[in-house]
Amino acid sequence: MRRSCLSLPALLLIAAAGLSGCGGDDFSEADKATIASLSLAALPPAPAAPSNRYAEDAAAAAFGATLFFEQRMSRDGDVSCATCHLVDRQFQDDLPRAKAVGTTNRRTMPLAGAAWSPWQFWDGRRDSLWAQALTPLEDPMEHAGTRAGYAHVVADSFADRYARIFGPLPDLSAVPARAGPRGTPDEVAAWEAMDSRQRQEIDRVFANLGKALGAFVRSIEPVETRFDRFAAALSARKRPEGDAVLTPDEIAGLKLFLGKGDCATCHNGPRFTDDGFHNTGIPVVPGLPEDLGRQMGVLQAAADPFNCMGAFSDAGADDCGELRFRVAEGPQLLRAYKTPSLRGAAMRPPYMHSGQFATLEEVVDHYARAPSAPSGETELHPITLSERERRQLIAFLGTLSE
Amino acid sequence: MKAKLFVLIALAALLAVGSHFISDMGSKPKPELNLSRTRTTANGSFVVSIEPEILEIKLGELHAWIVTVKTPDGAPVADAGFEIAGGMPDHNHGLPTSPQVTENLGEGRYRLEGVKFSMTGWWELSFDITSGETRDGVTFNMVL
Repeated sequence: MRRSCLSLPALLLIAAAGLSGCGGDDFSEADKATIASLSLAALPPAPAAPSNRYAEDAAAAAFGATLFFEQRMSRDGDVSCATCHLVDRQFQDDLPRAKAVGTTNRRTMPLAGAAWSPWQFWDGRRDSLWAQALTPLEDPMEHAGTRAGYAHVVADSFADRYARIFGPLPDLSAVPARAGPRGTPDEVAAWEAMDSRQRQEIDRVFANLGKALGAFVRSIEPVETRFDRFAAALSARKRPEGDAVLTPDEIAGLKLFLGKGDCATCHNGPRFTDDGFHNTGIPVVPGLPEDLGRQMGVLQAAADPFNCMGAFSDAGADDCGELRFRVAEGPQLLRAYKTPSLRGAAMRPPYMHSGQFATLEEVVDHYARAPSAPSGETELHPITLSERERRQLIAFLGTLSE
Repeated sequence: MKAKLFVLIALAALLAVGSHFISDMGSKPKPELNLSRTRTTANGSFVVSIEPEILEIKLGELHAWIVTVKTPDGAPVADAGFEIAGGMPDHNHGLPTSPQVTENLGEGRYRLEGVKFSMTGWWELSFDITSGETRDGVTFNMVL
């Protein structure tokens, strides 16, 4: 009896403290810590890019910016990186599947924060920004050019800029105008007819163009949004002001995001991604070839001559941990795709790796229903979300865009 | 009457505190998890200790651990072979990388490289250890 009497004032104090916390917000301390971890303020500097010694070189980044917008960097002179990575559209194109020389099978990814990701593309089939940048240049549906052709473009128009960063270009007088291992049969034949020293010189130029492009893309960083301003106020234990004030629906959506919605399981950290690959049962697009996702992507990354352990990498033997310790096989890789950042996502439909969903409503509905996967096993579990809760979740996602 | 009022206030206080605690529980370690970094393998063949090589484990960062394997009577196991697995039981997924023992440091100590944790929460790290004819396993729990 005595004990309970003694503890009563203490209990009342604790209760009062708990209730006062509900005045401005009623997030638990654990939720507050999670919210702080999602804030842009928690973003560390971009990780080192050991395979690209020019990653922090301003002249290389500026040259990369030039190349990014250069349409001569394509077979017919009418496609640049900016054709699909539109600078005023978060460096993406608003299309379900990218359109360049042809139509690809995948949704164009936005570029902000890509430097933080150890793997590029939806299936992680490249392990650096520079290796990524080289891939569309020779893809027949994208730029459709050849590495020998690109060396000639640089020699014709950018020889001095190239030389100031990478040293002089090799002699191209005996190099065919179009030749590359991923081109048309004629272009492949021309490539194979070159001697190995010539091929290596062209590969070196090609790798350097990728490194310049990689340095440029590295400079594209996520921008602060209303959510970050709200999170900053919450961390400082201040009342949010101005546009940092979230509406009751946005607050409720944030709570769903952290709680019942189970979104922060994969969409975690200041970029709202775990950089991992997950099968979430995204439907197949009728008419597209079979898409194995990460299962194929990890094989391609390992086989890529421009990867971290390749001849054109600047990395030391111990620098390529992500590649060395990659998950190379397992059923969980089948139709697993990279967790995309949710920053800016509300402003860039359609969604998923092949633009399967036109709206966030469709996305939320899919993640709530958790249908079985077309192949492999989905990692999702069904959750019940009311119409109101769906609206609130989407309202919260909007705070990551403004 | 006064006593009744006190009881009511006390109940309200308990409820308020209780609900606060419950809302905090979701992301906290399960109380029954054994978080010890020294454990005996399932069949008692080895005593295994793990220690990270870095001071602070950061999400998304590759890092290494030192694994020490001894017999139950404290003798170092110098020829251990390892198979590593793990993941997040609550989320039905494995490790984001394939960690490997890359170096035998002697005296039963080994370097495990390529460990990465991609989110907060409960992780398991399992070692299937072989030495000569003996094979035994142990699972460590970690909460980030």
